[in-house]
Parts: sequence; C-alpha cells; structure tokens
Amino acid sequence: MQEKPKVIVSRTRRPETAVKGFNFTEADIRAGNDFVASYRASAWSAFKRLPLPDTSLEAWRRTDIHALPADKFKFAPEGAYKDLSPVREDLLRPLVADQHGGQIVLLPGGVKVELDEKLSAKGVIFTDLRTAEEKHPDLLAKMLGKTVNVEEGKFSALAGAFARNGVVLYVPKGVTVEEPLHSVLWGPGPDIAHISHILVLVDEGASVTYVHEAASPDLKGANSMHASIVEIQVMENASMKFVELQSWGRHVWNFSHERARVERGGSLDWIFGAIGSRLTKNFSELDLAGEGAQGRMSGFYFTDGDQHLDHDTQQNHLAPHTTSDLLFKGALKGKSRSVWQGMIYVAPGAQKTDGYQANRNLVLSDQARADSIPGLEILADDVRCTHGATVGKLEQEPLFYLKSRGIPQAEAEKIVVEGFFDPIFQRIPFEGVRERFQQYIADKMS
Amino acid sequence: MSQLEIKNLHVNIEGKEILKGLDLTVEQGKVHAIMGPNGTGKSTLAYTLMGHPSYAVTEGDVIFKGQNILELEPDERSRLGIFLAFQYPVAIPGVTVANFLRTAINARRRAENPEDKGIPIPEFRKLLKEKMAMLKMDQNFAGRYLNDGFSGGEKKRAEILQMATLQPEIAILDETDSGLDIDALRIVADGVNTLMGKDLGVLVITHYQRLLNYIKPDYVHVMIGGRIVESGGPDLALHLEEKGYEWIREKYVEEEAAA
Repeated sequence: MQEKPKVIVSRTRRPETAVKGFNFTEADIRAGNDFVASYRASAWSAFKRLPLPDTSLEAWRRTDIHALPADKFKFAPEGAYKDLSPVREDLLRPLVADQHGGQIVLLPGGVKVELDEKLSAKGVIFTDLRTAEEKHPDLLAKMLGKTVNVEEGKFSALAGAFARNGVVLYVPKGVTVEEPLHSVLWGPGPDIAHISHILVLVDEGASVTYVHEAASPDLKGANSMHASIVEIQVMENASMKFVELQSWGRHVWNFSHERARVERGGSLDWIFGAIGSRLTKNFSELDLAGEGAQGRMSGFYFTDGDQHLDHDTQQNHLAPHTTSDLLFKGALKGKSRSVWQGMIYVAPGAQKTDGYQANRNLVLSDQARADSIPGLEILADDVRCTHGATVGKLEQEPLFYLKSRGIPQAEAEKIVVEGFFDPIFQRIPFEGVRERFQQYIADKMS
Repeated sequence: MSQLEIKNLHVNIEGKEILKGLDLTVEQGKVHAIMGPNGTGKSTLAYTLMGHPSYAVTEGDVIFKGQNILELEPDERSRLGIFLAFQYPVAIPGVTVANFLRTAINARRRAENPEDKGIPIPEFRKLLKEKMAMLKMDQNFAGRYLNDGFSGGEKKRAEILQMATLQPEIAILDETDSGLDIDALRIVADGVNTLMGKDLGVLVITHYQRLLNYIKPDYVHVMIGGRIVESGGPDLALHLEEKGYEWIREKYVEEEAAA
C-alpha cells in the first residue's frame, strides 16, 4: 500500500496595507497641439488602465515597489526650483570635452537652455521639450512615441502623460556635431514627482555625442520619484555616443523606459552609469532595425546601503548583419541589491548577427546580493550569440599582494575594485566619464 | 643595523601545525638561504612573515626594529621595511606597473605624513627610469597592467623592480619551486646581486640548490618538519646537492626519536 502524499498548505498573508495609487488627474496633463494632445490622451488612458506593477509580473519579480508612497507625490509648480537647493556646480562642467556645444538644465518648474549659435545655424535643435512643443511641432511628430510605447507599463504611461519637461535633440542629415551636448536633470525637493521625456533623432549620416545626467541631493527620510521615457532614433549611417548618468539621492524612486532604434548602417555607443536612487527600475532596449546596424551598451553601477538597482536590458536584432555588444558591471556594498536581466532577441531572418551580453558583479559585503539573469531568444539559424553572467566576491590574494607592498586595506580594496571595472573603462571613449566613475568608486568606498 | 629575529615560531593552516618552533635571525647585509624538501613549510614561513591571513601563528615572536611584527598588518610590515618577492604574484588588472609603484611609494609617504601630497610625477618618473635601467628592463614594461598576462620571467622582473623601488631592509624571496625555470631564476639572482649591499638582508627560500649557483648565500639552513634542523656556510648547500636530504632527515628523525 502506498501512502498518500501529504499535502501541506501554507498561507502567507500579504501586508494589509493596500498599495497607494497616484493622485494625478487629467487636469495635470499639460496642453499641447493636436499631435501632442492625442499622444498624451492615449498615455493617460493607459495610465488609468494599467495597475502599479507588483512582483507577480516577471519583469518586476525581483523589484518590489509596494512601499512606494505614490499618493504623496506632487508635481513641482512653476518656479519651484527657486526655493530648492541649486544645481551642483560640478554637474555643469563638461564631461567629455573641454567645452559643450550646448547645455540644458532641467529644474523643478524651470529650465535653462544654451546652444552654440554655430550649431543652430547648421539646423541642430537642442532644446527643452516645452520649447519644442511650441516651436517645433512637426519635429515632435517624428519623435514622440516612436520607440517607446506608453502601454509598456504604468511608468511609461505616467511619463508619457505627465512629462513636466524634457530634452529634444535633432541633428540634421549629414551634420557632424563636434562638441558634445549636455543636459542635466536636477531634482531637489521632497515629495516631488520629476517626470521627464528625452527625445533624440540623429538623421541620416549625422553624428553626435550627448551626455544626460540626472541627479539630486540626498534628503533623509523624504521620498521623491522620477519617471522618464527616453526615445532615440539613429537613422541610416548615423552615429551617436550617448552617456547617461544617474546619481539620484537616496530618497528617489527612479523608473525609466528607454529604447533606441538604429537603422541601416547606423551605430550607437550607449553608456550607463548608475550610483544613486533608493530604487531604480530601468528598461533599456536596443533595436537594431536596419541591416548592418551596430549597438554597444556599457553599464557601470555601484550600490551601497539599502539601494536597489534593477536594469532590464534587451538587444533586439531585427535585421541581418547586426551587431550588439553589452557589458554591465556592478559592485555592491552594505545591504544593497542589484538585478540585471538581459535578453538578446534575434528575429527570424536576422541572419549573420552577432550578439554578446555579459554581466559581472562584485559583491563587497555578505549582506549585499546581485541577481544576474541572461537570456537568449534566437529565431534565426545563422547567428553568433554569446552571454555570460557572474557574481563574485573580493578575492583575498590580490588584497594580500597589494598590502604586502605597503598599501593599506581600504586603498587595496579600491584598487581591486577599479581593476574589476577596468573592462568598462576600456570601452568608454571619454576621459572625463572614466574619471567620474573613478570618483564614484572612491566615494562609495570611503 | 636591523635584523629580523624569528623565535620559536609555530604556525597552523586550517588547524594543522606546519611550523613547529622555528628560530632564525636574518641581518641586514647578509644572504640567508633556506633549503629543504617539499612540504616542509618553507612557503608557509614566507607568507607568515608577510602576514597572510590564512596562516595562524599559535606561538612565537618575530622581532624587527624592536616590534613584534606578528601584531602588524601586512601593509605595516611592508612600510617597516620587509618585502616578500612572491613565487606566484597575482595579476592586478587595471593598474599599470608604474601607477602601482607610485601608489605604493605614496602609501609609505602618507603613513609618515598624512598631509603628504605624494611623490611629484617628474621625480617618480626619474626614479622609475633609473631602477629600470639598473635592472636592464624595457621602459614599456612600466605601462603594462601589473602581472596581467606576464610570462613567468616578466613576473619575476616585476617583483625585483618592486623590490628595487621600495628598498626594503629585509627581503624574503619565495623561490620554492622555481628552480626548474633557469631564466626566471637568473632574473631573480641578477636582481638580488644588483641590489645587494649592507642595507639589504635577504632570506631566499628554495628547494633546489641550483639557485645558489647564482646567489651566494652567507648562511645556509636546512628546514625539515617545520623547523631549522641544520645550519652552516655555503658548503652546506654543496653537500646537499651531492648527498640529497636523506642523510639529514635520518639524523633529524633519530634526534627526534631520542628526544
């Protein structure tokens, strides 16, 4: 006689505190021309319909936002920045060259825009979203909602409907912008929802380097949030270097949906640096849409305390002979946690593609945790795709070696961590960005 | 004149006793060689003197400049004037030989004066150039990542260059197994012979007598079973080359049994 297997039923009670919803209303949507208005109306409709994501969704399984005080957040009124901490001076300095071709500073309820006249004479548009809505409606129609679908989730719908401001960059056909363009989103203040929308179109044969940096002071005990959409189009034979840095304060909940589409023969060198926020959930997608398109994604992150950073990347090979190369490296301290979830997708017919993804993590404390989940979905048969994921600890032998030369423990650890990140530094063509990352390491390890 | 005095040193690895009461004094200006069969604790001695965390000292003292260095961290021992040339130095990717040496020099300067701004770059370049010329090294070497992809010989060169730059008073050369690689061995020997002087005391640890054809020791010690069992002049090494370790092992085991 076989015994019947025992059935054990266990119930885990979810906390009764219901997730609070946002209090934003249709009246908070900024007015715009027909095209803009209809885009925002569809985003608003998605926003109303879509629930706040919870851990039952695969993409959010490792990132729990039930503590997000959504009902507390307000939009900053016009001129709010005047009563808040001013933008840190160091953020305004050029990072990738001696000087900027243009700079935009987005502030709560305000903006500052500068662009070299020589560039505007060539037809380059580099301005804030509000100005573009007034002055360049036709251009917006070619950029808004072209790569990121507001239906992707609650936060893309939120950013689509309520963007307070943003950046619009257009580089006309064949124009090479030598001096880099730079924007800073400075988000001081408690209980504020900073909502931004970044739009880039690099037209055929054009090239540009663009650095976008989001930052805020640390506000202990407070909560703020940032939601953004980043839409990038690199047209035929165009090239773009895009550096995105975030050093949000520890009180900021940071959400972004980003997607770049690269057309035939185009190339995108996309660099991420993330050290801030309480929690980040970032979706970054690269669509290699035209034959021979190339994309490289390089990510640097360093978490400490109880930070939680989640980067969800997707490399979509949609055409033959496309190449993607992703390397994300992160270090973790304290009780912090990182998640990297990556996918290489190769569409049917996208033959001769070459896709690479790797995620390496260095866990510097026993209580920190890194999750690394690579993935491949290949529907073509003549491709080369490789991936790798590792989570390691600081090794004793290099530390002992360094110490045996008189270098104290803390400095030895810093050297080993810098060495760990070196493959990322090797991929960054800008000394200033490398120095910034080194500074991040020094700050995090001090 | 400083000396490194090892007294009754007992060391465990993972609970197993490897060094069982070792006594030895190494003076500045002299070369001591420790020889012995495999598995007798020679590398353990080298690592313990430098302060590797896996080696637990259960008894004994190591006195240098009036301090028991067993109480010091490896970096403090280094700054006090002790150097270990590793048998298998690890790669430090992302740090060039030059930057590494500058960091090590600056760590010394800052330990003396926390306000120190570090060695001025031109002064450092000059120093490095001199040392590399003295050791007949290619200047390109300074720009490579430390030990990263280095051949066995290059690793030895890098160790000797570090020794030349950091100017220790006592250098421990762990060459336990390297007797088979004649080139590496010559590099080490040439380096030591170049740097040797009244301010440098050397403790060279080797399994093979061959290294001592290139480095002339003032004293030779034989280590068996975690202790020094025989000490003598250079002729002891020749004797070992001729007769092997068996005779000494037998003698030692007899003594042990009698005790």
